Amino acid sequence: MTALAGRERGLIGARDVTAAVTGIGVVAPGGVGTEAWWASALRGRSAIGPVTRFDASGSPARLAGEIAGFTDEDHVSGRLLPQTDRVTRLALAAAAEALGMAELDPEGLPDYAVGVVTANAAGGFEFGQRELQALWSRGSRHVGAYQSFAWFYAANSGQISIRHGLRGPSGVVVSEQAGGLDAVAQARRHLRRGVQAVVTGGADSTLCPWGWTAHLAAGGMSTAHDPDRAYLPFDADANGHVVGEGGALFVVEDGDAARARGARVLGLVAGCAATFDPAPGAGRPRLLAAAELALADAEITPADVDVVFADAAGDRAADRAEAEALTTLFGPFGVPVTAPKAMTGRLLSGGSAVDLAAALLALRDQVIPPTAGTTDVADDCPVDLVTGRARPARLRTALVLARGRGGFNAATVVRAAD
Amino acid sequence: MDRLELTELTALLRTCAGEGEGIDLNGDVLDTPFVDLGYDSLALLQVTGIVERDHDITLDEEALDEAETPRQYLDLVNQALSARAAA
Repeated sequence: MTALAGRERGLIGARDVTAAVTGIGVVAPGGVGTEAWWASALRGRSAIGPVTRFDASGSPARLAGEIAGFTDEDHVSGRLLPQTDRVTRLALAAAAEALGMAELDPEGLPDYAVGVVTANAAGGFEFGQRELQALWSRGSRHVGAYQSFAWFYAANSGQISIRHGLRGPSGVVVSEQAGGLDAVAQARRHLRRGVQAVVTGGADSTLCPWGWTAHLAAGGMSTAHDPDRAYLPFDADANGHVVGEGGALFVVEDGDAARARGARVLGLVAGCAATFDPAPGAGRPRLLAAAELALADAEITPADVDVVFADAAGDRAADRAEAEALTTLFGPFGVPVTAPKAMTGRLLSGGSAVDLAAALLALRDQVIPPTAGTTDVADDCPVDLVTGRARPARLRTALVLARGRGGFNAATVVRAAD
Repeated sequence: MDRLELTELTALLRTCAGEGEGIDLNGDVLDTPFVDLGYDSLALLQVTGIVERDHDITLDEEALDEAETPRQYLDLVNQALSARAAA
């Protein structure tokens, strides 16, 4: 393809780009919509409560971060309802918000100018459960045709692409909790190859009996029944995590293209890195390496980082390991650390994406949301954890960390727009 | 005799594949192409699966793929149902 033909199709050509975030969409426990969720997070309001989406009374884990007040029909057309799982509906809502905030109308752009790269770890679990139940209780003739794709990890990217006519490079990233950050890194690669903008981020929803069973089998879930004491990252009483649903999507755009069209830039994706842990017992986890590589990619030093959004497992050993990585980089109590996911639960792919949204909004509003719940930071976790209430701070640069089950580590540096 | 009527087909379409905005399935849609009603081949595959199940018949899916309107679709299904009744 000649350069000219590439431009006609919307590809600017391979180049060094600044990756500018021009739109955010959040659908998460605590709020449907970026500002509603952010206001809830800044108030330190936990959205963790008893499971209501199915009967979990017989389960050892009975708390979840559920999204309240999401009316499917408000976000998804009647034609799409029979062929979408809940997670796809959540993702469609977040994508529409992000594109709206970015004021990016793909219809006015060339064919391949905008791509979609989302992260998803579980696929359409609830939809899949319904179809599998039909298969095993009533027979194969009761399984619907839409099961062919509605369960699939890539369904969210696909439906966003179809609805908004985004035909640029697209795909899906599957790396559990690290996925939201890994997707944004992949989006930035596309920008460097000449794509103008990418809708990216992550979302998951697994609050159904089958999903719950998978979470219980994977282990690490808190069995506490008090919502205020169930998920306590870095706390001496940490006893596991709570699972939630939702996520965040972004419009990440070639900085020059964003400026040229007069878009409001919410922040820059300045550094990305991913690492993979060695086999258990074969070496040390590599979260620290991911953080170091992301800082190097952003061409900054730890002293430049104003706040860290931690992975915050809520497991004593994993919390200690993360605290050790943080103190190695920043020194004991060397930088404010927070984990707003304590208010939502862990959202799988959506978790790190929502953290990235929180980091960008923290840079915008110059305030760090608190880690609700945690009151007694463990002595072996010497980190300056923001607890209780939001903390105003001068913020230019944020580091977001994520660990995905199975050995995934990801780190992203975001910087305030100049 | 076992037959598939338009009202049954539109009800199935609505249940299986939803209803597009601004489309009145209760109107005179017998000769309106499925594509204009907002239904793609997958929507029809879903409907065909249920017709086969509920009428306990195996339909010629390739022939049904050629049906562009509810009338053509119903004709093919009802021919198959008549053929079975006559057999």
